[in-house]
Amino acid sequence: MTDLPQIPPQVRAKAPSRFTRAWDSDFAYQFRRSPVAIISFTVVLVLVLAAIFAPLIAPYDPFDPASLNLMNGFSKPMEPNAFTGDVFWLGTDDQGRDVFSTILYGLRISLFVGAAAVAFAMVLGITLGLLAGYVGGWVETIIMRVADVQLTFPAILVAMLIFGIAKGITPVEYRDQMAIWVLIVAIGLSDWVQFARVVRGATLVEKNKEYVQAARLIGRGSGAIMLRHILPNVLSPVLVIATISLALAIIAEATLSFLGVGAPPTQPSLGTLIRIGQGFLFSGEWWILLFPAATLLALALAVNLLGDWLRDALNPKLR
Amino acid sequence: MTLGGDCRNCRLMLAYALRRVLQSFLVLLVVGLVAFSMFRFVGDPVDNLLGQERTQEDIERVRADLGLDDPFLVQYWTFLKKAATGDFGLSYRQARPVGDIIAERAPATLELALVSGTMAIFFGVVLGIFTAIRRDGWVANVIMSTSLIGVSLPTFLIGILLIYLFSVELGWLPSFGRGEVVDLGWWTTGFLTASGLKALILPSITLGLYQMTLIMRLVRSEMLEVLRADYIRFARARGLREKSVNFRHALKNTLVPVITVTGLQLGSIIAFAIITETVFQWPGVGLLFINAIQFVDIPVMAAYLMLISVMFVGINLVVDLLYFAIDPRLRADRTKAH
Repeated sequence: MTDLPQIPPQVRAKAPSRFTRAWDSDFAYQFRRSPVAIISFTVVLVLVLAAIFAPLIAPYDPFDPASLNLMNGFSKPMEPNAFTGDVFWLGTDDQGRDVFSTILYGLRISLFVGAAAVAFAMVLGITLGLLAGYVGGWVETIIMRVADVQLTFPAILVAMLIFGIAKGITPVEYRDQMAIWVLIVAIGLSDWVQFARVVRGATLVEKNKEYVQAARLIGRGSGAIMLRHILPNVLSPVLVIATISLALAIIAEATLSFLGVGAPPTQPSLGTLIRIGQGFLFSGEWWILLFPAATLLALALAVNLLGDWLRDALNPKLR
Repeated sequence: MTLGGDCRNCRLMLAYALRRVLQSFLVLLVVGLVAFSMFRFVGDPVDNLLGQERTQEDIERVRADLGLDDPFLVQYWTFLKKAATGDFGLSYRQARPVGDIIAERAPATLELALVSGTMAIFFGVVLGIFTAIRRDGWVANVIMSTSLIGVSLPTFLIGILLIYLFSVELGWLPSFGRGEVVDLGWWTTGFLTASGLKALILPSITLGLYQMTLIMRLVRSEMLEVLRADYIRFARARGLREKSVNFRHALKNTLVPVITVTGLQLGSIIAFAIITETVFQWPGVGLLFINAIQFVDIPVMAAYLMLISVMFVGINLVVDLLYFAIDPRLRADRTKAH
């Protein structure tokens, strides 16, 4: 052992650290090369952080009635209020709520509903897709038929219907509290089909490969094979769909809330804020509408562009 | 072409059509089941029909009237029979037959959908051809980049933006409602008055913009594909005029996918009308549906669901059959018969 030639230290390549490896990877290189990806990623990051730390950043708590002063109502952005002299960056609404703070809290709800709905759709879609692809037979027939039927209808319509039905089932006194969760389920249920289709397609390919046969030979159960062996190999297209779905889910949530069949005024999302702001369009208080709308647009556009870039970068066989 | 080959083809087509029709009926039966379950299980129909002061006899009489004591399948069958004749019972909120309410609202939605659909198809095809032929021109590039923003903008924001520009700032166009409508007895139309036509402009742009961008991008990409094909090069090589190559040869061959996608889009115009109608307070079926959800007016929701499913399933069926009929590539055996 000792007579092995000594490699001089300056020749021996240092094992690349985890960070260097990540930095030099193809994926990171493509990211650095794309200004669109960097900008949209930054926008998403800033908005997500703003939403997470909303209680720390927001100068006011818009949902604490004690901190509201009706005299501050309709303050213009960056101008001292005529009565109290307080200055609000983005102005206030009719009840004297700071628009900047309501946007931060609204962003929170929009992002939470969007992310939770996509997570729900993803879990449901992956489960059903794996089952349909791996088990086959009548299970597959039923799942894919339901998917086909649902695909005939626009997702937003399906979400509205589910929301309406759920609203009918929940007792009146719980409706406002439950609205957020109902919204998540409604948007999630309207969006699982894509995941199921892609996962089923990939599973059909994977299940005939040797590693799956080997796993079956050593006696692993179907559940373990699906979750531990097949699932990790079908995840990359799922991630791309999830990003694009997130943009769609955020817009769907905003649309539903705007239509008045989503987040209630007690827990306003960006869509609810736009709905409220629309009422002041004609009386000249443009800031109540403009800032939430601009935030929503920035969020949706950034997530959309990021998803597009991700699809090109990972380049999975989506179709 | 031999007679035998032709008839084998029509038999094939008949079988295909029959299977698709059967499938469509199955879908409608399932949707009907959903609508029926809404009636039966969302809220208590007896509760919704009777007020606070009711006797046990009242409850039993209503239960018997509605057939709530019959077996499930019998109730479902009765529901389907009634639905087929447009009878969905009384709206919980307006206490009027749902069929009447929808019939009264339908013209507003259909006129809006007609105008925006026509607009989307016309401008979509024209701009699509333009951007394909002038692929590298700056005008085409501007149109393409703008369309990307158009796709990302949520419909309701487009509507609000248009209202702000043309109603609030410029004051040119009305921001809500249908304007003056002429009552033709069974139909109310906004086409015959100046204010009715003016009221149509903003909502139809809002509704049609998204479909227009979709159609435009589709026409463009199809057209670019076709323009690369050998027969187009050959046509050019033969010295045919550019116009003739572009329109007689290229455009014709792009139309099949365009027709089918456009057909499928028609359904979503009706669905997205819900959003546009809410923004502009357009008194159509979509606004009715949104209000029904807000007030949990189950009969209206169920009726809307059935109506829109019949439409969607019908459009899908027609488009599928048309596709099969138009595109010879789908009928491989026909070419073999030659």
